[in-house]
Amino acid sequence: MPDLLKSPAAAGLTVTEPPGPPLPAPDAILTGGTVSSPWSEFWRKFRRQKLAMVAGAFIVLLFIIAIFGPVIAPYRMDQPDYNNMLAGPSLQHLCGTDEFGRDIFSRILVGTRISLWVGLSSVLVSAFFGTILGLISGFYGKWLDAFIMRFSDVLLAFPGILLAIGIIAILGPGLGNVIIAVAIFGIPIFARIVRSSALTLKNTVYVEAARSVGAQNKRLIWKHIFPGAVSTVIVYFTMRIGTAILTASSLSFLGLGAQPPTPEWGAMLSSGRNYLDQAPHVAVFPGLAIFLTVLAFNLFGDGLRDALDPKIKS
Amino acid sequence: MLKFIVRRLLGMIPILFIVSILIFSFVRFIPGDPARLVAGPDATYRDIQAVRAQLGLDKPVVTQYIDYVEGLLRGNLGTSLKTGRPVAEEIGSRFMATFWLTVVSMGWAFVIGLLIGVASAVKRNRWQDYAGMFTAVSGISLPSFWLGLMLIQLFSVRLGWLPTAGFDSWKSLVLPSLTLGSGVAAVIARFTRSSLMEVLREDYTRTARAKGLHYNIVVWKHALRNALIPVVTMTGLQFGFLLGGSVVVETVFSWPGLGRLLIDSVAFRDYPVIQGEMLLFALEFILINLVVDVLYAVLNPQIRLE
Repeated sequence: MPDLLKSPAAAGLTVTEPPGPPLPAPDAILTGGTVSSPWSEFWRKFRRQKLAMVAGAFIVLLFIIAIFGPVIAPYRMDQPDYNNMLAGPSLQHLCGTDEFGRDIFSRILVGTRISLWVGLSSVLVSAFFGTILGLISGFYGKWLDAFIMRFSDVLLAFPGILLAIGIIAILGPGLGNVIIAVAIFGIPIFARIVRSSALTLKNTVYVEAARSVGAQNKRLIWKHIFPGAVSTVIVYFTMRIGTAILTASSLSFLGLGAQPPTPEWGAMLSSGRNYLDQAPHVAVFPGLAIFLTVLAFNLFGDGLRDALDPKIKS
Repeated sequence: MLKFIVRRLLGMIPILFIVSILIFSFVRFIPGDPARLVAGPDATYRDIQAVRAQLGLDKPVVTQYIDYVEGLLRGNLGTSLKTGRPVAEEIGSRFMATFWLTVVSMGWAFVIGLLIGVASAVKRNRWQDYAGMFTAVSGISLPSFWLGLMLIQLFSVRLGWLPTAGFDSWKSLVLPSLTLGSGVAAVIARFTRSSLMEVLREDYTRTARAKGLHYNIVVWKHALRNALIPVVTMTGLQFGFLLGGSVVVETVFSWPGLGRLLIDSVAFRDYPVIQGEMLLFALEFILINLVVDVLYAVLNPQIRLE
């Protein structure tokens, strides 16, 4: 036992100190050692989330389908086949055919682009305006903060999808208006989370230091506070995409979004609904596509949060 | 405590003011002439004038707003363009169906969500946890209209156990409330898990264990009580989510509630009804937020000190 205590090598620890030659220069230690960048640190943590990795791979696949969908689809998405209406899944038609004999699998592939586009564009708009409002609100405080936050309260006073329905009632149905509606109700959510980050960061020592060496407000906000809020914004961004896709497809299902010939998943489900008794597959597959897509974004967002948010470290 | 409630009540006034202006302006946001739009494509000039008068669009804006608020205070929400009945009556006749649907959904969602959350927190990083959390994230990702259609297909069409549509008896409530509650149950499960896990790390939990109490007693009697505070708050806020979700679920199950009324009204451009419903939803939501805030202060003494 005393031997173990004496020599770390005997205790199973590796000793890097070479016996003969002199120690390397301090420079060499710095570059040769494992200095972890924020990226590799993030990657190391994220890699451990198996489910989030699978979800990430699925999202990459979705993007590939979104880009090449019309090319890889086995049939044209608007090609009717009146001899083959409401046919169940088979080798020719993997997901069966719909009430016009159109290949559902092809329509789902082509529809991927619509869902991703709606999700990404609406959340991008929400994040853009929400972040700016949140930074202004958190940094300047006072009446500006009060004004922006009251306005957020008002928007948040309407449950998400209801606000979207209200906006569509004004603008009229259609996919473009759905994007606007979904984007608007996301703005206060981003404004709030960015504001709370900004409030904390505003009082940190390094912002104080930057201010004392004469940094202007604009520089303080964008160079010092914004980077600190970025990880939270990224996490919410990913999580919101799932919600946005779900809301948009719900609106299309209700007849307020994409209209029937468009292969939007919610709209496909809505028109397939009438044939559910004879051909359940008409509704099963578009719904499955929505579910898996939203699930992937949610799992990916969860993984990101666990890897980026130090508060939730276990 | 009273001071806190009064302050929160006063804080509602500016929000209510902005909400009332927003909802009042609702019809005026419509691009083009709303009266012409409502009257339809082959309306005569006189028809359009009549609709304009009915919507109150022929008077100065400020007068219109004062009339609107005055009407609101008397409980007058206008007249439905579709049925000609007062909007308050239209909404009143639908209210209970949505109320029951929401309450039953929330009831089972809370129980199931809590059980899954506790099981996951206690069996942390084991298969029970993974299964529970995967179920939860699936619940959040499920399109409710799809879930509803699949449940109808299975339990009503194939097995014939439950009705497919309408609201006649408690049996009618089963499938819609399952559909509506699944998302909320999932959110509650995730929240309970993280909240309970935090409490289980606290010193007093360890003390309770150290003095020899059984683990189950520590979890259910000591830890859960404190873990529930944020869960209750969050559950209250989920009511708003249910109000929104009911629009979709009521459409799937042909439920005679407020959600379907809203969709029908949007399709018909029945603006007074849409306005009335938006106002009701906003009021409900603001009120729930207030109750949740007060409840939170009652449950958690730390808040009152601020």
